[in-house]
Parts: sequence; structure tokens; C-alpha cells
Amino acid sequence: MEPTISFFSGFAPKDLLFLGEAALRTMWISILSISIGTVLGVVFGWVLYEGKWAAALTVAPILDVFRSVPLIIQLVLFYNFAPIIGLNLDPFASGVVILTIYTASLVASVARGGIEAVDAPMRRAARSLGMSYWQDLRYVVLPIGGRAVFPAWVGVALGVMKDSALVSVLGYVELLKASQILITRTQEPFLILSIAGAFYFALSYPISRYAASLERKWAQ
Amino acid sequence: MIEIHDLHKYFGSLHVLKGIDLNVKKGEVLSVIGASGSGKSTLLYCINGLEPVQQGKVVVDGTDVHAKGTDINKLRQQLGMVFQQWNSFPHLTALENVALAPKIVKGKSKSEAREIAAQQLKHVGLGDKLDVYPSALSGGQQQRLAIARALAMEPEYMLFDEATSALDPELVGEVLETMRMLAEEGMTMICVTHEMGFARDVSDRVAFFHQGVMEEIGPPEQIFGNPQSEHTQKFLANVR
Ligand SMILES: Nc1ncnc2c1ncn2[C@@H]1O[C@H](COP(=O)(O)OP(=O)(O)OP(=O)(O)O)[C@@H](O)[C@H]1O
Ligand SMILES: [Mg+2]
Repeated sequence: MEPTISFFSGFAPKDLLFLGEAALRTMWISILSISIGTVLGVVFGWVLYEGKWAAALTVAPILDVFRSVPLIIQLVLFYNFAPIIGLNLDPFASGVVILTIYTASLVASVARGGIEAVDAPMRRAARSLGMSYWQDLRYVVLPIGGRAVFPAWVGVALGVMKDSALVSVLGYVELLKASQILITRTQEPFLILSIAGAFYFALSYPISRYAASLERKWAQ
Repeated sequence: MIEIHDLHKYFGSLHVLKGIDLNVKKGEVLSVIGASGSGKSTLLYCINGLEPVQQGKVVVDGTDVHAKGTDINKLRQQLGMVFQQWNSFPHLTALENVALAPKIVKGKSKSEAREIAAQQLKHVGLGDKLDVYPSALSGGQQQRLAIARALAMEPEYMLFDEATSALDPELVGEVLETMRMLAEEGMTMICVTHEMGFARDVSDRVAFFHQGVMEEIGPPEQIFGNPQSEHTQKFLANVR
């Protein structure tokens, strides 16, 4: 039997389309989780910063749990136990819920660091102009602190996008799951994983480039 | 008019202001001098409500700064403040730095706010730096930017907390010059300063603080020419 023939025989152009669609699902689940998770994370970060010991006793340990338990365990546990409390979520929704909380737990530390990056004299100066507490947060702390921790946030976002592959264990056909299906059929892991890798790269590279250009612009 | 009655301020158990009584009339320029830690900055922070007080009160144009019902954000618009550290907003151009508060605090339109900002920047000699980011400005220019930023709120009073102490010596002059100009325009000013020349030439009165007490207050000729308190004499002998 000639190996090179079987190498290509299984992989058809429509499989590329199948992978492309899966990449879109990866993108979709990532965009949802990262954006909702970021908003929640910023709120948690603010609670950590302002809440002092009350936050240290409540929010902080919960976020620690989500940050430290491997994502795959969180996903499987949530997917299998949510129905017990009456939540019947499909793999996609379960994935979004867990990835969102996971993102939020990571962004919370980043956001807290961002608030801490704006020193007290700067904030006093803002308040002395008559800005309210919230105006100071919105117009001074957010832009200054946000820029300071933007690279860390980009790291979190790209990490979550790659980690979204783990939702495949619930049966959601995103990029990794789609690759596994094709590998089973074609028996060509090298080719298919290379294509999947290229898709992941295509998803994250523009983001890193855009982030880098923003940072350059802010640095001037 | 700023009226301060029997003002006491504690940081925990540290008694920082020990019963200050002081009135500053419209149009007056008061310089506050004294050793490090004597409570000069704390006095300014108590005047615009950045620090709470434990006893006594501060009344600005009839409004009790520390009373419960006081809209402190509104009151602070009357009290421009310039700090030792200039605290320019690094993400905004000079013009945007100055236009921000008029826009969001006073609700001015964008074009109105920019017009006010451009005018104030010209006023402090930064008319050619409107679109420059603070990182490209010298310390003296950034401090003048901070003055313009405070003036853009059209305050009745200006509080200066050692506005020149963090500057390189060659940049002190331009900032003092700007402060002198404001004084000549009739601005009511309280200037915490280590610049004795400025205190002597520009102020109507000079107050000497010592360990949380206002030891002596009077016209500059008295404070510098014929100080009554022993602490004032010692302090002045050391700075000269
Ligand atoms: N936020 C704070 N918490 C605790 N203590 C403080 C605080 N701010 C000031 N103090 C203390 O209060 C005292 C008066 O401080 P203040 O800054 O008013 O002095 P100052 O006269 O402005 O001195 P300097 O010339 O060094 O600026 C000092 O002993 C200082 O350590
Ligand atoms: Mg001080």
C-alpha cells in the first residue's frame, strides 16, 4: 500500500470549509466570553481594589478558585452538574459560562493592577477639579490604568482564545473538535493539525499586531 | 471669603492641625510658610475637602465645606488647586487636559471647552503647545499646564501646594512668574511655598506654621522684617 496516496485521499476541499466554520465558532465563543468576562472582570477588579478586607474574604477566594482549577475540570463539572440544579445548557452555553467566569477571574487581577497603577496624587488632582468619584474612574483611572495593563489584558484574551479549545470535551464542534473528527476519518493528524494551527494563528496574529500598534501609538 | 474656625485635623492619633483660625478675603494673596510636617499641605486639603476634619469648620463663600449636605464637587469648582507634582493626564494633549473638566464637570460643549482651554493655555504662556502631549513638556511647562487646568474651571480661589518644589531650579522662575501674574490680576490665592522671595514680594500676608499651629500671621514686612515668634525667627534664620 502506498502511503502518499492515502495521505491525500481522505482530505477533501470541503473539509477545509468544515474547519473554517469551526474556526468561526472558536472565534464566536471567544469573542463572547472575552467581552463579557472582561466587563465582569473589571467590576471584580474594582471590588478587589475598593472592597478592602470585605472583598479579600469573599470575592478574592472565589476568583482564586476559578483561576487555579484547570479549565477542563471546570467545564466538565459545570456541564454535568448544572442540570442537577435545573440548568439545562448545551455545550456552547456551558462553554461560554465557564470561559466567561474564567476570563473574569483573570481580568480581575489585571484590572486591580490597572487601578493601582494610577497613583493617589493623580486622582486627588482629578477630584480637585470637581470631578466626582465616578468621573475620576471613567476619565482618569480607566484610560491611564487601562493603558498600563493593556498588554497583560491582551495576553489574557489570547490565552482564553486558545483555551476555548477545551470546550471540545463537551462536544462543541469548534476548531479542535473539528480537527479531531477529521483526523479520525482521514487518519492524517499532521496535515489537519497544521491547518488548525494556522487557523488559530490567523485568529490571534491580527489581534497581537493591532495591540502592538496601539501600544506604539500610546507610547509616543 | 474663606473662613476657617478652630480647625482640628488628626491622622489617627497624630494631631496635625491644632485649632486653626484664619480668614482669607477676596483678592488677598496669603503665603503659608513653615517647616516640613507642620501641616501646610493638610490645611489646603481641608479647605477643599480632600481631607475630612475632626473639629471646627471651613466656610467658603458661606458654604460649610465639611457639612453633610454640601455638594463638594460643585464647591471644588470654586477652589482651583495646584500640587507639588503636576499630575498632567498623560493620555491627553495639553488642550484636552485643560478642556476635560469644563466639559465633564461643568457640562460645557466640546467646542466651548476647547475654546476656554486654548484661552487659559495662552494665558499661562503655552499657546503654542495646545496639541502637545505632557511627555513632551518640561516640568515648568507641565506645572503651568496644571495652573491652566485649574483656571479653566473659573475658580474664585487658587490653592498652591509648593507648586515649584519639584522643579529643576532653572524652571522655578517661569512658574513663579505665572503665579505672580495671577496675583496681579486679583486672584485670591493661598500659596504654600518655600520661596521666601515670592512670599515677601507677592503676598498681602504671610502665615507661619509650626507643628500644627499658626504661630504668626501678618504682612510680609512683619514676618520677614520683625518676626514676633521665636519659632518664626529660627525658621527664617535657617532658610536664609
Ligand atoms: N495621609 C496621611 N496619613 C497620615 N499622616 C499624614 C498624612 N498626610 C500627612 N500626614 C502627616 O501629617 C503631618 C503634616 O503633614 P503635611 O503634609 O501637612 O505637612 P507640610 O507642612 O505640608 O510638610 P511639607 O513641607 O513636607 O510638605 C506630617 O507629620 C505628616 O507625616
Ligand atoms: Mg506639604
